[in-house]
Amino acid sequence: MWMWLQTAAQVGAAAVEKLSIFDQWWLAIEESAYAGTLNFWENIYKEIYQNVIFNDRWMNYLRGLGVTLEVSFFAAIFGIVLGVVLALMRLSGSKPLSKIAGAYVGIMRGTPMLLQVLLLYFGVFASVDIDKVVVGIIACGLNSGAYVSEIVRGGILSVDKGQTEAGRSLGLTSWKTMKLITLPQAFKIALPSLCNEFITLIKETSILSYIALVELTKAGDYIRTKTYSAFTPYIVSGLLYLLVVSILTKLIGMLERRLRQGDNR
Amino acid sequence: MITVKNLSKNFDKLEVLRGIDQHIAPGEKVVVIGPSGSGKSTFLRCLNLLEQPTGGQILFEGTDITDPKCNINKIRSRMGMVFQQFNLFPHLTVMQNLTLAPINLKMMTKDEANAKAMKLLERVGLTEKAECFPKQLSGGQQQRIAIVRALCMSPDVMLFDEPTSALDPEMVGEVLDVMKSLANEGMTMVVVTHEMGFAREVGDRVLFMDEGLVLEEGTPEEVFDNPQNQRTQDFLRKVL
Repeated sequence: MWMWLQTAAQVGAAAVEKLSIFDQWWLAIEESAYAGTLNFWENIYKEIYQNVIFNDRWMNYLRGLGVTLEVSFFAAIFGIVLGVVLALMRLSGSKPLSKIAGAYVGIMRGTPMLLQVLLLYFGVFASVDIDKVVVGIIACGLNSGAYVSEIVRGGILSVDKGQTEAGRSLGLTSWKTMKLITLPQAFKIALPSLCNEFITLIKETSILSYIALVELTKAGDYIRTKTYSAFTPYIVSGLLYLLVVSILTKLIGMLERRLRQGDNR
Repeated sequence: MITVKNLSKNFDKLEVLRGIDQHIAPGEKVVVIGPSGSGKSTFLRCLNLLEQPTGGQILFEGTDITDPKCNINKIRSRMGMVFQQFNLFPHLTVMQNLTLAPINLKMMTKDEANAKAMKLLERVGLTEKAECFPKQLSGGQQQRIAIVRALCMSPDVMLFDEPTSALDPEMVGEVLDVMKSLANEGMTMVVVTHEMGFAREVGDRVLFMDEGLVLEEGTPEEVFDNPQNQRTQDFLRKVL
């Protein structure tokens, strides 16, 4: 994903170098800009030019987006695996397992994620030379897993008990019944909530800018320190988040419709 | 085939079964009747340990299945069960419903399981529904599929837990017909039902249960035409 974005950025950069029309437009209004006599539209162009076009700054956003997507993707997978394991622990009927999972969920949901990130980066991994992206994936995954576990647990509990009984009466083990019969139905029920959780996860990765991981928010922030524009860089970052979330929502909607084919009469 | 010794079951303080002794012979069709809350469904569900008995023993072909060391999954694969609410798997097609267990328990290859399922579907007249999802079928069709799902495991005994109670009246017949043909083939069956006509026609032995006990048992003629126990008489007066 990251490689692909980088290549796209390079191709795009080469094109822009030749197309100095943006620079010419800028040159045409540069003096008025310093004099502070730009009209409304010229002002907007100035903002876009300085925060997006000049010095190929748009590549900063794309690189940041790449990091955000990378962290979100792997953290989501980590979170799902962890969440399912935690949910199964809580429903296992074993007191110690259930207690451990319950305590984990309680702690992760009961403390700010920012604190967890800081603790992980400056505490746990302080003396280890580790990529910040990996720290981000672990931190977000550990946090998301707690939420996912509750979503999955709710899904499992709302599958009719008769389904488990039918599976067990055929001689399937409790694990196979869970895997083949209960979990697929639980996921279908939980999908809207899971979608919600993934959207939250993508946006929460912005917290990683606190450990100076240059993801999408930090990328915008970095541009702000160069241009002193308070609005435009954050708006560009925000639009990119919005784009990603909209695409994800569409994709999950399609998946949901596919899974619901059994319900059609 | 199945021997039940002094079976008891409590739900917390509520005594649902209070000492049941029964022997079910191979090929026998036992029909269990009685008012609701009498423990007949619990009795049936204890036979394949969907309910864990509180006391007593259940022997299946000599194996004590209440023994914690007993491999209950192995035993269950030889006992088919049909539920009041069908309990088909809604996320799978009919064919996948039928072949899931045989394939996953490595009893058959996928092709063998498909062939067997198709043959059984033909028997209940539902071959054209093989690729449908359960919700696309009527209640009667779903219950016939549920019976076929149990039969795909080639069970030694079939347990029916009020198989027609959730059906619209006009669909009861088609399910009972399948059960009758199964009985005629010599399948060992234990049936909990409110269908007295079926009990009379198919049953070798009728058990009347109330308050966790078998109060009366005998051939359908004995129980239906000449009931000895006062409770049986009261019950039959109400339902017949």
